[in-house]
Amino acid sequence: MLDWMHTGPSILAAFLASLVEFVEALTVVLAVGVVRGWQPALIGTALAILALLALVVVFGPALQAIPLDLVQLFVGTLLLLFGMRWLRKAVLRSAGIIPLHDEDAVFASETRALGQLGPAALSGWDATAITAAFKIVMLEGIEVVFIVLAIGATSGSVLPPAFGAAVALLVVILLGIVLHRPLALIPENALKFAVGVLLCGFGTFWAGEGIGITWPGEDWSILALIAGFLIAAGLAVSICGARRVHASVIK
Amino acid sequence: MQALIKISQQFVALFVDDGRLAASILIWIALCALLVRLVPAGMWQGPVLFIGLALILIASALQGAQRRSR
Repeated sequence: MLDWMHTGPSILAAFLASLVEFVEALTVVLAVGVVRGWQPALIGTALAILALLALVVVFGPALQAIPLDLVQLFVGTLLLLFGMRWLRKAVLRSAGIIPLHDEDAVFASETRALGQLGPAALSGWDATAITAAFKIVMLEGIEVVFIVLAIGATSGSVLPPAFGAAVALLVVILLGIVLHRPLALIPENALKFAVGVLLCGFGTFWAGEGIGITWPGEDWSILALIAGFLIAAGLAVSICGARRVHASVIK
Repeated sequence: MQALIKISQQFVALFVDDGRLAASILIWIALCALLVRLVPAGMWQGPVLFIGLALILIASALQGAQRRSR
Protein backbone atom coordinates (compact mmCIF):
# COMPACT_ATOMS: atom_id res chain seq x y z
CA MET A 1 0.00 0.00 0.00
CA LEU A 2 1.45 3.37 -0.99
CA ASP A 3 1.86 6.02 1.69
CA TRP A 4 0.55 8.97 -0.31
CA MET A 5 1.49 11.37 2.48
CA HIS A 6 5.12 10.74 1.51
CA THR A 7 4.97 9.55 -2.07
CA GLY A 8 2.53 12.18 -3.39
CA PRO A 9 4.65 15.27 -2.57
CA SER A 10 7.86 13.33 -3.46
CA ILE A 11 6.59 12.47 -6.94
CA LEU A 12 5.18 15.97 -7.45
CA ALA A 13 8.38 17.75 -6.36
CA ALA A 14 10.58 15.52 -8.54
CA PHE A 15 8.21 15.81 -11.51
CA LEU A 16 7.97 19.62 -11.42
CA ALA A 17 11.69 20.17 -10.79
CA SER A 18 12.64 17.72 -13.53
CA LEU A 19 10.18 19.29 -15.97
CA VAL A 20 11.87 22.69 -15.56
CA GLU A 21 15.37 21.26 -15.94
CA PHE A 22 14.52 19.06 -18.93
CA VAL A 23 12.79 21.95 -20.72
CA GLU A 24 16.00 24.00 -20.34
CA ALA A 25 18.13 21.10 -21.59
CA LEU A 26 15.79 20.46 -24.53
CA THR A 27 16.25 24.03 -25.77
CA VAL A 28 20.02 23.57 -26.19
CA VAL A 29 19.75 19.99 -27.50
CA LEU A 30 17.30 21.26 -30.14
CA ALA A 31 19.72 24.04 -31.08
CA VAL A 32 22.55 21.47 -31.41
CA GLY A 33 20.32 19.22 -33.51
CA VAL A 34 19.16 21.98 -35.82
CA VAL A 35 22.61 23.53 -36.38
CA ARG A 36 25.02 20.57 -36.18
CA GLY A 37 22.81 17.53 -36.86
CA TRP A 38 20.64 15.19 -34.82
CA GLN A 39 23.08 12.31 -34.52
CA PRO A 40 25.70 14.14 -32.39
CA ALA A 41 22.92 15.86 -30.40
CA LEU A 42 21.41 12.48 -29.50
CA ILE A 43 24.82 10.88 -28.82
CA GLY A 44 25.72 13.69 -26.38
CA THR A 45 22.32 13.44 -24.70
CA ALA A 46 22.52 9.65 -24.38
CA LEU A 47 26.06 9.81 -22.91
CA ALA A 48 24.93 12.38 -20.33
CA ILE A 49 21.85 10.33 -19.37
CA LEU A 50 24.12 7.29 -18.87
CA ALA A 51 26.48 9.32 -16.66
CA LEU A 52 23.52 10.63 -14.63
CA LEU A 53 22.10 7.11 -14.18
CA ALA A 54 25.55 5.99 -12.99
CA LEU A 55 25.46 8.77 -10.34
CA VAL A 56 22.05 7.51 -9.12
CA VAL A 57 23.28 3.90 -9.02
CA VAL A 58 26.47 4.84 -7.10
CA PHE A 59 25.14 7.44 -4.66
CA GLY A 60 21.59 6.10 -4.13
CA PRO A 61 22.52 2.98 -2.13
CA ALA A 62 25.48 4.80 -0.50
CA LEU A 63 23.17 7.43 1.01
CA GLN A 64 20.78 4.77 2.30
CA ALA A 65 23.65 3.07 4.15
CA ILE A 66 24.30 6.18 6.32
CA PRO A 67 22.33 6.48 9.64
CA LEU A 68 18.95 8.11 8.98
CA ASP A 69 19.31 11.12 11.33
CA LEU A 70 22.65 12.05 9.71
CA VAL A 71 21.19 11.72 6.22
CA GLN A 72 18.16 13.77 7.27
CA LEU A 73 20.33 16.59 8.60
CA PHE A 74 22.78 16.54 5.66
CA VAL A 75 20.23 16.13 2.88
CA GLY A 76 17.64 18.37 4.59
CA THR A 77 20.22 21.16 4.82
CA LEU A 78 21.25 20.71 1.17
CA LEU A 79 17.59 20.71 0.11
CA LEU A 80 17.08 23.93 2.04
CA LEU A 81 20.11 25.59 0.44
CA PHE A 82 18.93 24.43 -2.97
CA GLY A 83 15.22 25.20 -2.45
CA MET A 84 15.77 28.64 -0.88
CA ARG A 85 18.05 29.61 -3.79
CA TRP A 86 15.36 28.59 -6.30
CA LEU A 87 12.58 30.23 -4.32
CA ARG A 88 14.50 33.50 -3.88
CA LYS A 89 15.14 33.70 -7.63
CA ALA A 90 11.49 32.83 -8.41
CA VAL A 91 10.35 35.54 -5.96
CA LEU A 92 12.59 38.15 -7.64
CA ARG A 93 11.32 37.09 -11.09
CA SER A 94 7.67 37.16 -9.97
CA ALA A 95 8.18 40.63 -8.53
CA GLY A 96 9.67 41.82 -11.84
CA ILE A 97 13.10 42.49 -10.32
CA ILE A 98 14.94 40.11 -12.65
CA PRO A 99 13.75 39.09 -16.14
CA LEU A 100 11.93 35.83 -16.76
CA HIS A 101 13.82 32.95 -18.41
CA ASP A 102 13.08 33.08 -22.15
CA GLU A 103 13.55 29.73 -23.91
CA ASP A 104 13.13 31.30 -27.38
CA ALA A 105 15.93 33.80 -26.65
CA VAL A 106 18.18 31.01 -25.29
CA PHE A 107 17.47 28.94 -28.42
CA ALA A 108 18.32 31.88 -30.71
CA SER A 109 21.59 32.65 -28.92
CA GLU A 110 22.65 28.96 -28.75
CA THR A 111 21.86 28.52 -32.45
CA ARG A 112 23.95 31.59 -33.27
CA ALA A 113 26.86 30.46 -31.08
CA LEU A 114 26.86 26.90 -32.46
CA GLY A 115 26.72 28.20 -36.03
CA GLN A 116 29.88 30.24 -35.45
CA LEU A 117 31.90 27.22 -34.31
CA GLY A 118 32.89 26.08 -37.79
CA PRO A 119 31.40 23.44 -40.08
CA ALA A 120 29.72 20.36 -38.63
CA ALA A 121 31.49 17.03 -39.14
CA LEU A 122 30.06 14.84 -41.90
CA SER A 123 30.20 11.70 -39.75
CA GLY A 124 28.26 11.30 -36.47
CA TRP A 125 31.32 12.12 -34.32
CA ASP A 126 31.07 15.93 -34.18
CA ALA A 127 32.94 16.53 -30.92
CA THR A 128 31.72 20.15 -30.58
CA ALA A 129 28.08 19.16 -30.94
CA ILE A 130 28.38 16.08 -28.73
CA THR A 131 30.11 18.13 -25.99
CA ALA A 132 27.46 20.87 -26.17
CA ALA A 133 24.59 18.38 -25.83
CA PHE A 134 26.43 16.37 -23.15
CA LYS A 135 27.25 19.47 -21.10
CA ILE A 136 23.73 20.90 -21.01
CA VAL A 137 22.06 17.57 -20.21
CA MET A 138 24.66 16.95 -17.47
CA LEU A 139 24.29 20.46 -16.02
CA GLU A 140 20.51 20.37 -15.89
CA GLY A 141 20.31 16.65 -15.12
CA ILE A 142 22.60 16.87 -12.10
CA GLU A 143 19.96 19.00 -10.36
CA VAL A 144 17.37 16.30 -11.13
CA VAL A 145 19.71 13.61 -9.77
CA PHE A 146 20.25 15.60 -6.57
CA ILE A 147 16.50 16.07 -6.01
CA VAL A 148 15.72 12.41 -6.73
CA LEU A 149 18.53 11.18 -4.43
CA ALA A 150 17.76 13.69 -1.66
CA ILE A 151 14.04 12.99 -1.58
CA GLY A 152 14.66 9.27 -2.00
CA ALA A 153 17.24 9.06 0.80
CA THR A 154 15.06 10.77 3.38
CA SER A 155 11.72 9.24 2.46
CA GLY A 156 13.07 5.69 2.36
CA SER A 157 12.75 4.93 -1.35
CA VAL A 158 14.25 6.47 -4.45
CA LEU A 159 11.48 4.99 -6.63
CA PRO A 160 8.70 7.63 -6.20
CA PRO A 161 10.95 10.64 -7.03
CA ALA A 162 12.66 8.65 -9.80
CA PHE A 163 9.20 7.89 -11.23
CA GLY A 164 8.29 11.60 -11.11
CA ALA A 165 11.53 12.51 -12.91
CA ALA A 166 11.06 9.77 -15.53
CA VAL A 167 7.52 10.97 -16.31
CA ALA A 168 8.83 14.54 -16.70
CA LEU A 169 11.57 13.32 -19.07
CA LEU A 170 8.99 11.45 -21.13
CA VAL A 171 6.67 14.48 -21.30
CA VAL A 172 9.51 16.78 -22.44
CA ILE A 173 10.81 14.28 -25.03
CA LEU A 174 7.30 13.81 -26.45
CA LEU A 175 6.65 17.56 -26.56
CA GLY A 176 10.07 18.09 -28.17
CA ILE A 177 9.36 15.51 -30.88
CA VAL A 178 5.85 16.86 -31.54
CA LEU A 179 6.59 20.59 -31.42
CA HIS A 180 10.20 20.54 -32.65
CA ARG A 181 10.88 23.89 -31.00
CA PRO A 182 11.71 25.25 -27.52
CA LEU A 183 8.95 24.83 -24.95
CA ALA A 184 8.60 28.56 -24.33
CA LEU A 185 4.97 28.24 -23.25
CA ILE A 186 5.83 26.20 -20.13
CA PRO A 187 5.43 28.61 -17.19
CA GLU A 188 8.95 28.01 -15.91
CA ASN A 189 8.93 30.59 -13.16
CA ALA A 190 5.62 29.36 -11.72
CA LEU A 191 7.05 25.83 -11.73
CA LYS A 192 10.29 26.99 -10.08
CA PHE A 193 8.25 28.85 -7.48
CA ALA A 194 6.22 25.71 -6.72
CA VAL A 195 9.31 23.48 -6.60
CA GLY A 196 11.15 25.95 -4.36
CA VAL A 197 8.23 25.95 -1.92
CA LEU A 198 8.04 22.12 -1.90
CA LEU A 199 11.80 21.68 -1.44
CA CYS A 200 11.92 24.25 1.37
CA GLY A 201 9.07 22.39 3.09
CA PHE A 202 10.83 19.02 2.77
CA GLY A 203 14.23 20.47 3.66
CA THR A 204 12.96 22.19 6.82
CA PHE A 205 11.18 19.04 7.97
CA TRP A 206 14.18 16.76 7.45
CA ALA A 207 16.82 19.16 8.73
CA GLY A 208 14.57 19.61 11.79
CA GLU A 209 14.28 15.84 12.30
CA GLY A 210 18.06 15.60 11.88
CA ILE A 211 18.74 18.03 14.75
CA GLY A 212 16.22 16.25 16.99
CA ILE A 213 13.07 18.34 16.57
CA THR A 214 9.76 16.57 17.20
CA TRP A 215 7.25 18.02 14.77
CA PRO A 216 3.66 18.57 15.89
CA GLY A 217 1.45 16.25 13.82
CA GLU A 218 4.62 14.43 12.65
CA ASP A 219 4.59 13.96 8.83
CA TRP A 220 1.54 16.21 8.46
CA SER A 221 3.87 19.07 9.37
CA ILE A 222 5.31 18.83 5.85
CA LEU A 223 2.03 20.14 4.44
CA ALA A 224 1.94 22.95 7.01
CA LEU A 225 5.55 23.86 6.17
CA ILE A 226 4.78 23.91 2.44
CA ALA A 227 1.80 26.20 3.11
CA GLY A 228 3.98 28.37 5.36
CA PHE A 229 6.68 28.80 2.72
CA LEU A 230 4.03 29.56 0.11
CA ILE A 231 2.72 32.38 2.30
CA ALA A 232 6.24 33.66 3.09
CA ALA A 233 7.23 33.64 -0.59
CA GLY A 234 3.97 35.37 -1.57
CA LEU A 235 4.67 38.01 1.05
CA ALA A 236 8.22 38.44 -0.29
CA VAL A 237 6.86 38.94 -3.84
CA SER A 238 4.44 41.65 -2.60
CA ILE A 239 7.13 43.47 -0.62
CA CYS A 240 9.72 43.29 -3.44
CA GLY A 241 7.11 44.33 -6.03
CA ALA A 242 6.09 47.33 -3.92
CA ARG A 243 9.77 48.31 -3.52
CA ARG A 244 10.30 48.11 -7.29
CA VAL A 245 7.31 50.37 -7.95
CA HIS A 246 8.45 52.77 -5.23
CA ALA A 247 12.01 52.88 -6.66
CA SER A 248 10.75 53.51 -10.22
CA VAL A 249 8.49 56.36 -8.98
CA ILE A 250 11.46 58.02 -7.20
CA LYS A 251 13.64 57.69 -10.35
CA MET B 1 38.07 18.46 -19.13
CA GLN B 2 36.73 22.00 -19.18
CA ALA B 3 33.20 20.57 -19.37
CA LEU B 4 33.88 18.52 -16.21
CA ILE B 5 35.24 21.59 -14.38
CA LYS B 6 32.16 23.56 -15.45
CA ILE B 7 29.91 20.75 -14.21
CA SER B 8 31.65 20.62 -10.79
CA GLN B 9 31.40 24.42 -10.46
CA GLN B 10 27.74 24.20 -11.37
CA PHE B 11 27.24 21.51 -8.72
CA VAL B 12 28.57 23.80 -5.97
CA ALA B 13 26.48 26.66 -7.38
CA LEU B 14 23.38 24.47 -6.92
CA PHE B 15 23.58 25.16 -3.21
CA VAL B 16 25.53 28.39 -2.90
CA ASP B 17 24.50 31.25 -5.14
CA ASP B 18 24.21 34.09 -2.66
CA GLY B 19 26.82 33.46 0.06
CA ARG B 20 24.91 35.46 2.67
CA LEU B 21 21.72 33.45 2.12
CA ALA B 22 23.59 30.13 2.43
CA ALA B 23 25.46 31.27 5.55
CA SER B 24 22.26 32.52 7.20
CA ILE B 25 20.53 29.16 6.62
CA LEU B 26 23.46 27.20 8.02
CA ILE B 27 23.82 29.48 11.07
CA TRP B 28 20.07 29.31 11.80
CA ILE B 29 20.05 25.48 11.62
CA ALA B 30 23.11 25.37 13.92
CA LEU B 31 21.45 27.75 16.41
CA CYS B 32 18.26 25.69 16.40
CA ALA B 33 20.30 22.50 16.95
CA LEU B 34 21.91 24.17 19.97
CA LEU B 35 18.52 25.34 21.30
CA VAL B 36 17.05 21.84 20.95
CA ARG B 37 19.87 20.51 23.15
CA LEU B 38 19.74 23.28 25.75
CA VAL B 39 16.01 23.86 26.18
CA PRO B 40 13.55 21.07 27.14
CA ALA B 41 11.61 19.58 24.22
CA GLY B 42 8.36 21.23 23.27
CA MET B 43 6.09 21.96 20.36
CA TRP B 44 7.82 25.34 19.80
CA GLN B 45 10.96 23.87 18.20
CA GLY B 46 9.60 23.19 14.70
CA PRO B 47 7.75 26.50 14.34
CA VAL B 48 10.86 28.41 15.53
CA LEU B 49 13.02 26.70 12.87
CA PHE B 50 10.41 27.51 10.20
CA ILE B 51 9.86 31.15 11.23
CA GLY B 52 13.61 31.84 11.16
CA LEU B 53 13.95 30.33 7.69
CA ALA B 54 10.90 32.20 6.36
CA LEU B 55 12.34 35.48 7.65
CA ILE B 56 15.72 34.66 6.08
CA LEU B 57 13.97 34.09 2.73
CA ILE B 58 12.05 37.38 2.89
CA ALA B 59 15.12 39.36 4.02
CA SER B 60 17.30 37.82 1.31
CA ALA B 61 14.74 38.52 -1.44
CA LEU B 62 14.38 42.08 -0.23
CA GLN B 63 18.15 42.53 -0.20
CA GLY B 64 18.34 41.13 -3.75
CA ALA B 65 15.62 43.55 -4.87
CA GLN B 66 17.42 46.52 -3.29
CA ARG B 67 20.75 45.52 -4.83
CA ARG B 68 19.22 45.30 -8.31
CA SER B 69 17.19 48.50 -8.12
CA ARG B 70 20.26 50.59 -7.20
